[in-house]
Amino acid sequence: MKYVAGVDVGSTQTKAVIVDENRNIVGRALLDMETSMVTVAEDAFRAALDNAGAAESDVVWVAGTGYGRYKITFGKEQITEISCHARGAVTLFPLTRTVIDIGGQDTKAIRVGPDGKVEDFTMNDKCAAGTGRFLGAASYALEMPLSELGPLALKSTNPVRITTTCTVFAESEIISHLAKGILPEDVLMGVHQAITSRCVSLARRVGIEPEVTFTGGVSRNQAMVKLLEAQLGMPINVSQDAHFCGALGAALFSHDRMFGEGAKAAPAMAEEA
Amino acid sequence: MSTTTTQPATDAASSTMREEGSRLMKEWYARLSTANERKAPVANVFVMGNAVEILRTFDFELVFPEINSLQTGVRKTSQEYISLSEDYGYSPDVCSYVKADVGLILKENEHPAGLIPKADLAVSSNMCGTFIKWAEIWERWLKTPVFVLDLPGQRAAGWQARPGDAQHAADTRWIEAQFKDLIEKCEKITGKRFDMDRLAEVEERVNKQVDHWNNVMALNQNVPAPYNAMLDGLTYIGIMNVHRGTEEGVEFMRRLEAHTRAKVARGEGRVAEERFRLLFSGTPCYVSMRRLVELFETWGGVFAYSDYLTFAAGGMDAADMRYDTSRPLESLAEVTAMAAHRGLSNQFFAHERLAQQIKDYAVDGIVFHGIKSCRFVSSGMADTREFLNKRLDIPTLYIESDLIDPRYWSDAQIKNRVDAFFEALQQRAGGAPLSRSKTVSA
Repeated sequence: MKYVAGVDVGSTQTKAVIVDENRNIVGRALLDMETSMVTVAEDAFRAALDNAGAAESDVVWVAGTGYGRYKITFGKEQITEISCHARGAVTLFPLTRTVIDIGGQDTKAIRVGPDGKVEDFTMNDKCAAGTGRFLGAASYALEMPLSELGPLALKSTNPVRITTTCTVFAESEIISHLAKGILPEDVLMGVHQAITSRCVSLARRVGIEPEVTFTGGVSRNQAMVKLLEAQLGMPINVSQDAHFCGALGAALFSHDRMFGEGAKAAPAMAEEA
Repeated sequence: MSTTTTQPATDAASSTMREEGSRLMKEWYARLSTANERKAPVANVFVMGNAVEILRTFDFELVFPEINSLQTGVRKTSQEYISLSEDYGYSPDVCSYVKADVGLILKENEHPAGLIPKADLAVSSNMCGTFIKWAEIWERWLKTPVFVLDLPGQRAAGWQARPGDAQHAADTRWIEAQFKDLIEKCEKITGKRFDMDRLAEVEERVNKQVDHWNNVMALNQNVPAPYNAMLDGLTYIGIMNVHRGTEEGVEFMRRLEAHTRAKVARGEGRVAEERFRLLFSGTPCYVSMRRLVELFETWGGVFAYSDYLTFAAGGMDAADMRYDTSRPLESLAEVTAMAAHRGLSNQFFAHERLAQQIKDYAVDGIVFHGIKSCRFVSSGMADTREFLNKRLDIPTLYIESDLIDPRYWSDAQIKNRVDAFFEALQQRAGGAPLSRSKTVSA
């Protein structure tokens, strides 16, 4: 069996996915970012190979995506995460017309056509407000792991309003609310609501059409899913593989290239300049 | 797998004209640096709505503070000037052109292109609210006499005053009256009498210049486009401004048209393999323009047109916007009433204009450039973009940086957006062959 791979080197985590000739996901890996993007990318790729029980020699093509895509020295192609998340989302949920991806420092909204191709996209600009980094600030201020933020926020009955849009200032605002004796869950719900508002605003710029698919690491946060659904007024798709969506898209573009089907839809790479 | 990267063609014609344009700009700056010494009258003017035709008849040396500021960006020194004004107390949110100019004043007019002379007059206008406040800085710090032109702008959405309307006639009378006041002021400052025949001569030259320039713009409707609107084009409009109404300006534009025609006849394009044609809407990011063009040309993307080329060159792109030299002052007022607000502040019609230009220039998509320190020129972009994208199915890309403040240029983010835009364009085109891939050994 031959395989293809996608490696998504993001700002906080690196994800790798191995796909077989039949387009099945056979291996996954997720590693926290370290100082060397090159090393993390390699480690994630190898961990995904181990997970798949595949040999590196059987991998015929590797595509990189994410901000660190040019650091994937073993990659043969680089594709932006916009194309990759759209591709991954449409593959996981074929009726997807809007993709919302919240990552460590980027939030993006992508509109895709009925054919699954990207029609428009928008991203946060020059500011990490409304991204996973905002949750990172809350995690730091509350001294609580990221994975516990969502469940605690859902216990809130009287959320505060976080007014700052600046991720750096958010931390001091969170601390000041806690100092006033406001319950952590109410502060946290306020943080989640602030991110959701920014994110929905971005999505409205491209036009929200159902179905909406939520991708990226923040999609694992149940409070974010619930708030997004409430603000959008519609259910949203979240896959178990949502976190791997970018890497999956990259792997599927690799599949197109190597195994023919849909080859025409594969974007060409841009060279690092 | 083969690697075929699209590179800019080494086109002798356009680089010759760019070099010649740069030479004319250098000579202009050199002349400015001796203006006070020569006791020549000096006027500060803005690029749009400036009554340059009148000032030329009094032999004013013209200083364009906007061009001074953008030149600090082009020469990669804008940060120094901007920081000086921020250290003085100007907010980072203030227009970066203004801050670079304030920095220039704080540096006692030492500009990277030479010494900028002290002005005897500043002609400002209501084209942009900042122009008025900017001129107040000169008035209060430097005691520069300021004349503010009040140019009527948009009256209502979907309707614009045109010749034949009572409104246009009233606008014209209002502007003409102000021109008469300006003339009086110029006479006092220079000690010269106004010469209507000279105004007609200047206007005659502007008419010729505009004809050539409009032809040059239209020649980029050819495929491949003979020049890049956002690289070569920016040099050309520099000449349209600093040499507006001069013999050198007419001659430059005449030669530029001839060169461009020759390129078209030879079938030469700006890039070796033109794969995508684009329209740039908005004001350039002068501090990173070369980089931006490079990001697009790497994909074989050429800016065939930009609305900036029209509105920053006087806005006289319609056939009825020429001076009637048999009645120079009235005609100047008539054209000013239509042309001045055409691009900068009149955003009600941007979508109509762009929709037509998309067809004329056969472009595949539009790139909107929002300016961080100028919400004014960026405000209508969201609506225009939505109209073009959703109603006309035109692919659009919105990127944001600044005129000249390098702190707002985020290379990785902008490259990401540009690459994603081209990936989407390529998918949309049904997937062009993957000819631009390179193979890196596994």
